[in-house]
Amino acid sequence: MTEPNPLVDPVHVQDAHLVQAATHQPQRTASLFKRLVKSPTGLFSLVVLALIALSAIFAPLLAPADPNYSSIGDVLGPPAPGHPLGFDGSGRDVLSRLLFAGRFSLAGALLTLVIAAVVGVITGLIAGYYHGWFDSVSSWVAGLIMAMPAIVLLLAARSVLGPSMWTAMAIFGVLISPAFFRLVYASVTAVRNELYVDAARVSGLSDVRIIVRHILTVVRAPVIIQSAMILGIAIAIQSGLEFLGLGDMSIPTWGTMLNDGFPNMYTDARLVLWPSLVIALVCVALIMLANTMRDLLERSGGQRRRRRGKPAAERPADPKKVAIVTHTDDEHTRQLAGETLLEVRDLSIGYDQPDKTVRNVVHDVSLTVQRGEVHGLIGESGSGKTQTAFAIMGLLPDGGHITGGAITFEGQEIANAPEKELTKLRGRKIAYIPQEPMSNLDPAFTIGSQLVEPMRVNLKISKQDATRRALDLLAKVGIPNPERTFAAYPHQVSGGMAQRVLIAGAVSCEPDLLIADEPTTALDVTVQAEVLELLRALEDEFHMAVILVTHNFGVVADVCDRVSVMRNGRVVESGPVRSIFYGAEHEYTRSLLADILEEEHARGPLVTASVPAQAKPVGPRSQIGSSS
Amino acid sequence: MLMFVLRRIGAGIVLLFVISSVTFILLYVGSGDIARNILGQQATQEDVALKKEQLGLNRPLLTQYFDWLGNALHGDLGSSWFTGEEVTSGITSRVAVTLSLVIGAIVVTALIATVLGVWAAVRHGWVDKVVQAVTILGFAIPGFLIAVGLVLVFAINLQWFDPTGYISFTDDPTGWLKTVTLPVVALAIGGIASVANQVRGSVTDVLRRDYVRTLRSRGLPFNRVVFKHALRNAGSPALAVLGVQFVGLLGGAVIVERVFAIPGLGDIAVGATSQGDVPMVMGLVVAIATIVVVVNLIIDLLQGWLNPKVRLS
Repeated sequence: MTEPNPLVDPVHVQDAHLVQAATHQPQRTASLFKRLVKSPTGLFSLVVLALIALSAIFAPLLAPADPNYSSIGDVLGPPAPGHPLGFDGSGRDVLSRLLFAGRFSLAGALLTLVIAAVVGVITGLIAGYYHGWFDSVSSWVAGLIMAMPAIVLLLAARSVLGPSMWTAMAIFGVLISPAFFRLVYASVTAVRNELYVDAARVSGLSDVRIIVRHILTVVRAPVIIQSAMILGIAIAIQSGLEFLGLGDMSIPTWGTMLNDGFPNMYTDARLVLWPSLVIALVCVALIMLANTMRDLLERSGGQRRRRRGKPAAERPADPKKVAIVTHTDDEHTRQLAGETLLEVRDLSIGYDQPDKTVRNVVHDVSLTVQRGEVHGLIGESGSGKTQTAFAIMGLLPDGGHITGGAITFEGQEIANAPEKELTKLRGRKIAYIPQEPMSNLDPAFTIGSQLVEPMRVNLKISKQDATRRALDLLAKVGIPNPERTFAAYPHQVSGGMAQRVLIAGAVSCEPDLLIADEPTTALDVTVQAEVLELLRALEDEFHMAVILVTHNFGVVADVCDRVSVMRNGRVVESGPVRSIFYGAEHEYTRSLLADILEEEHARGPLVTASVPAQAKPVGPRSQIGSSS
Repeated sequence: MLMFVLRRIGAGIVLLFVISSVTFILLYVGSGDIARNILGQQATQEDVALKKEQLGLNRPLLTQYFDWLGNALHGDLGSSWFTGEEVTSGITSRVAVTLSLVIGAIVVTALIATVLGVWAAVRHGWVDKVVQAVTILGFAIPGFLIAVGLVLVFAINLQWFDPTGYISFTDDPTGWLKTVTLPVVALAIGGIASVANQVRGSVTDVLRRDYVRTLRSRGLPFNRVVFKHALRNAGSPALAVLGVQFVGLLGGAVIVERVFAIPGLGDIAVGATSQGDVPMVMGLVVAIATIVVVVNLIIDLLQGWLNPKVRLS
């Protein structure tokens, strides 16, 4: 394991991170050193390495004695004046040998590094930039070299080439070069089709200039990090070989000192201790340096990415707090008037920021959902509607939490309730239909097992019963061949099928409240209408209340009883769907309405007052349709 | 699935063939003076020529190669130039010892790394920091140094374990445990560091996936989602790293066996290498390459089991 852990895999595993970090931040390399000095681990590693390198360089000045001079009388002698670390098995001064050994050990490791870097970087650049046959061949060779333990190949080489430390380290340079090859290859592949590289190509720069100007800057930081790793691995391999007694015993290195001390270890551990400490210190410092550099690069590269992924609701809320427009119940919503199922009062949601502050993305949101009601939560993406939905289920993403307000479900306070309580509610009482069908099914399990598992946990029924129910549900949500879909893996079904499966899963334990987060957005237009129809039918059958999160007023008109309009993390207007349709007061609601009317213009004018007073459908559905 | 397995087996055979061919040619091209080395400096020119003929080294390289390959396919890897011991039996008698160390180490690695990695991914905070710090140390310090440290502390100072030697499991299970514990720990520490890091990374990644939220929204307890769903999805990359670790462990075993004077492949490796016993070295390379190919195949099969896309493509 000297070489094992480092040898191939760090390289392998960290490639992705390095490449990501580097391609995001090509220009930051220069300041990397400054930031490195500021971090405690970075500074520690640099100081240790500098001290060891300097003591090796100035060994002739520092060493108290000739490293190769044996004085027979002092064999295994204890520390003496002028010989602070004592004498080794041949009566040589241990401190002097340690200092001089640094020269050979470090030079050997540097030889490995130079050869690995030259071979790996050049082949990686060519293979990554030009692809073609060279790519296939070199990638294959790299895989081949990586497949064998380096130490075994080095032993094989040693058996015919003899005990030269330099030869061994040079060969090891070739054996470890795939580490650089893969890294550079991945970086180059990542940027070769970037716009600025294309632009350079179009503007007539030669390939060599493009590689030097644009691509080398990208691979520089990862290569530096990789170099620190490789130096550490080289030192480990070198001392390992020499420890086995297969090195060149005529020159002092840390490994030969180990080999020398090992036979005496049981009587006097001192001789093993010193070189071990130095080797461990150098290796730890190098790996720590590499890790710190990688973390620094990742941190600066990562934040930008994260920010892009966060909800846009982080935009500052309206400076002047707009009064919420609340419409009173009309004759239709009065008919619903049942027991209150869910009440959200003044809910605020915040996210932890890197600087330890909390930033609110949802402010003072209130809404009430009665049994059997379909409540639309509408707003543009980033208005906080999905965050509100997650908060109700207690499933906010990492770093997010409820910072104020209350959520009462069936009289029970569930905002910040313990996970155990929430687990009991989820699935059984509150269920969820996600937006993106494919990413919401676990790719490693069959669709059937993902339906059966929650039913067995929640309803405590047998596997056979759960299977039967799952097949019934699949048929009910309109899947033509339930048995086949039951046995299929998620990647084998279409998006529309997957969304039906998710709907089946959500209603499988007959919840009282269904939270549907844009359930039709990711689907084809024709499938959208079918899925909405299905939702409405299920809602009728199971007497569920539904919170329908959407950005689409057409969908709201289609199925909702009440609606709350959200913008920048606040509710701006709420009320019965018809009051809002015909009497929207908030300008934002009006603009949303105007948008869909414009879209639908070709279908003729909106029919207003003449909607027959039936329980459902409620809105002017046929006129507005269910476009997205 | 069958096609997938057949393709992997085919790739393994090609790998084995290429590695043994390249190694053979490099070794035999480089072994020019071997006859003199065996006989010593005083030997006459005639003796050397005779020895070369005995060893078959005077024949063209390709003839030697095909001869070797033909015999190798029948399981005959020749015999040692120095002791006359048959390579095949020399290796088979020791391979079990090495494998018991390496397999022990890989099992320990997989178990502990999974626990540490999941723990760090789920708990964040100080647990995460401690695990990360420990993995840097375990990753950076060469395994044989850890082995030397373990011998110093646990065998010499505390005398809990025997510092050297090996007792076969079939002879005495407790004795076996006493002799393999320290080497296995020494071998495993580096592997644990790498694999735990990978497990931590991929579990963290999987826990951010949409389907994890959806599974939790169905009322599945968090721990169940982590251990059944997240771990299975995070398993693929972790398994890949484990496969790489195995290759590393084989190399590491060669050195660690030496620290504990365990008569495994490392024993042959060091002896044959320092003498220039080319048939032995060649046999060793073939044995290691075979183990690597078999292990890679097992890893591929496990990947297929974990990941339906691999299995069904």
